[in-house]
Amino acid sequence: MNTMTETARRTSAPPNAAASEIAIHCNLEKVFYGDFLAVRDSNVAIEKGSITGFIGPSGCGKSTVLRSLNRMNDLVMGFRFEGHVRFNGQDIYAKNVDPVVVRRYIGMVFQQPNPFSISIFDNVAFGLRLNRFRGDLDGKVETALRRAAVWDEVKDKLKNNGLSLSGGQQQRLCIARAIATDPSVLLMDEPCSALDPVATRRVEELMLGLKKNYTIALVTHNMHQAIRVADKTAFFGVDISRGGRTGYLVEMGETEQIFRDPKEELTRQYVSGEFS
Amino acid sequence: MSDQTLFANDSGAVELPRLKRSFLEPRALRNTLLTLGTWVAAIIASIPLFSVLYMLIVRGGSRLKLEVLTEFPPAGFELGGGFGNAIVGTLVMVAIAALISIPIGILAAVYLAEIDPKSRLANAARFLAKTLTGMPSILTGVFAYATVVLLTGNYSAYAGGIALAVLILPTVVLTAEEAIKMVPQIMKDAAYGMGCTRTQVIWKVVLPTGLPGILTGVMLAVARATGESAPLLFTALFSNYYLSGLNEPTASLSILIYNFSSMPFENQIELAWAASLVLVMIVLVFNIISRLFGQPRA
Amino acid sequence: MALKAFEGIYAGHSISGPPSTGDYLWDRGFRFVAWAGAWIILALVAYILWKIGGQALPAITKYGLSFVTSSTWDVNKEQFGVLPEIWGTLYSSILSLIIGGFFGVTIAIFLTQDFLAPRLAAIFRTIVDLLAAIPSVVYGLWGIYVVIPTLRPLANWLNSELGWIPFFGTSLCGPGMLPAAIVLAIMILPTIAAVSQDALRRVPYKVKEAAYGMGATRCEAIFRVMLPSASSGIFGAMVLGFGRALGETMALAMLIGNANQISLSLFSPANTLASLLASNFPEAGQIEIEALMYAAMALLAITMIVNTIGLYIMNLSARRFEGKK
Repeated sequence: MNTMTETARRTSAPPNAAASEIAIHCNLEKVFYGDFLAVRDSNVAIEKGSITGFIGPSGCGKSTVLRSLNRMNDLVMGFRFEGHVRFNGQDIYAKNVDPVVVRRYIGMVFQQPNPFSISIFDNVAFGLRLNRFRGDLDGKVETALRRAAVWDEVKDKLKNNGLSLSGGQQQRLCIARAIATDPSVLLMDEPCSALDPVATRRVEELMLGLKKNYTIALVTHNMHQAIRVADKTAFFGVDISRGGRTGYLVEMGETEQIFRDPKEELTRQYVSGEFS
Repeated sequence: MSDQTLFANDSGAVELPRLKRSFLEPRALRNTLLTLGTWVAAIIASIPLFSVLYMLIVRGGSRLKLEVLTEFPPAGFELGGGFGNAIVGTLVMVAIAALISIPIGILAAVYLAEIDPKSRLANAARFLAKTLTGMPSILTGVFAYATVVLLTGNYSAYAGGIALAVLILPTVVLTAEEAIKMVPQIMKDAAYGMGCTRTQVIWKVVLPTGLPGILTGVMLAVARATGESAPLLFTALFSNYYLSGLNEPTASLSILIYNFSSMPFENQIELAWAASLVLVMIVLVFNIISRLFGQPRA
Repeated sequence: MALKAFEGIYAGHSISGPPSTGDYLWDRGFRFVAWAGAWIILALVAYILWKIGGQALPAITKYGLSFVTSSTWDVNKEQFGVLPEIWGTLYSSILSLIIGGFFGVTIAIFLTQDFLAPRLAAIFRTIVDLLAAIPSVVYGLWGIYVVIPTLRPLANWLNSELGWIPFFGTSLCGPGMLPAAIVLAIMILPTIAAVSQDALRRVPYKVKEAAYGMGATRCEAIFRVMLPSASSGIFGAMVLGFGRALGETMALAMLIGNANQISLSLFSPANTLASLLASNFPEAGQIEIEALMYAAMALLAITMIVNTIGLYIMNLSARRFEGKK
């Protein structure tokens, strides 16, 4: 692979690879939307049982990379890429792989809270019913709502419509919905950007609590959130040398290292606030 | 009143533009006349509605007694009589039309709005549906005549129902499509993110969320079908009795009104007005139901 | 499928599993049924054209183009011509378009250019929509017992005083062109008003702001800025209204008099293609039905063409503003 840059080579082997399992290994050499090159040279490994944060300025492709991990980009016209994405060693973009199945193992929480227009209980039970869960539905729903730190607020109104909650509560409901089926990996695309600071804090606390049981990949435009919450951080930059805005992975490592002692100049500039 | 001097003109004195409105100034005058004219036109345009309502309530209402709903249409010189069978006939044929056009319409709308909106099939179907909405209602009757009546050899409620179904199908498709398109993309994303197949996204999220809009459109189409008469002229014909089966000529309110309106008998004319009142009331009820469906769920 | 491997690794941990075969069948099956539903629309249109055309074919071959140029409708002599009906259809539709178009656009202006408080405007809009909900036969009935008697004194006065003008050439005995056109205008008014409102609302707010910002009176803003901007949409509204008028059947059948004659007088009875079908079809024998099918085909052709043109114009005007956003 002599086309790999210095940066990519340096970050291609995740630190302590022997000590922790890799849940998703993603090597995106080129990602296109139609003719537009959205992302290049991004080699990211999501470790089991940890929170990996994606940070970077707007337009750096961090959402694109995240959505490629559960094939949500398939829904966008003209999406294609060169490279591979491996979930537990399995190539999820292989010819005979159904994206529907991939998404059942890799859950997603979106920027805008989007509960279904059904009761709170039915929202959380949605995934369970979808996967024909035959066990204790009530118990699973309660566990999920507790883990999402919203049980106390909704336990008396489980029959109310999910959309009747406040923004922060809706987002925690969406998280409960996503974790109810115990997905292997949980992808979170700027989950707090539509929330006020109080709700944001609560969601961050719940992310730290979820770490015990779930693997999380988190996109955030808020550096301090990454510092607070992420174990590993991947910093993406924007490359405008070819005319458009193409995102690429600049540096990835332990969060402390990225913020205290970044190896790349661009990273240093970003984390010290010289641009955002 | 003196003009204050601020800006210099030729002789050194200044004129502030006069800001007070003068109605005699041509531009202002034109504006006032236009405003007046528009108001007058709006009032004139509402007169017909009030006139129709007045006639319905006064002339129709005076004849609307209980026996009108139970007795049969009177022949020429007869007095009394009613049109209970016509009400039943109308409702039956509208039900047939609904049963045929609603499933097909919603399925097509799902395809047009969700499954493959940009395909050539979708574009063609959408365009043809829009053209069909402009088709004269009598031609659906001609079509049903050429297909059903000639096939079965007799006039029937089936033929009438099918004519009405062809009439309202395009409307159902187009309004359902609009309702489905209104379902927010983020909600669909959530369903896809949970690992739903395309059909599961449609059945578990899109259709339930879009249902109020779909029902509104459906009820409006049903309301329209109820009032139609041209499609029934030579498909269901008319009958003076209650229908005992779907394969025979059937009475309907609209045809009754049409037939009676040209008769030189006071009795029939009064019944025509009463039937008109009942028909308009049924149509209004359907319209109100459609608006109720449109209310978002609390 | 290679997905079995996914299960092996996390089966104990995750509740999720792939969709069942039933789910997959349901997915394929439903998408196919919906696809079929879309095809039904295409098939239906083709079938309608084929059926009506097929039924009309004997008459088309028998009478050819003389059908649209001759004026006799005689069943016994087997002579059929629909020129009076074509005349009546066009005359009544154009008249109703003039009246309905004028009032329709005025109402659209009334409702979108801040003449009324929003709540009152909503009420008025409902009134106009109610006009559209009234069935055609009821309008016909109302036309016979309200419009004609109201019109008769004025019509006969115009006839006696100004009868030398061809438009007032005959007296109004009962049904006639003008009452029919007036009722028709009322029936197409809601369509024209609704589409014109859409066209006016699509004019970007900035344009309206610019006009008022320059000190235009409301009259000037409307006539010099709003209407010209919305002109293609309003034109589309007129074409659609015209198409609707062409196809209207029952009210016309009751009000136009069903007389196979061509006259310029507003008060003389006439006939339209649709009313011809409505009045003659029920009692027609085989030979007359063939001729009527030919008439139906002609009506179909005319309305389809007019409606397609109207749709095309509306598409153009909608696209015009999408670019400007």
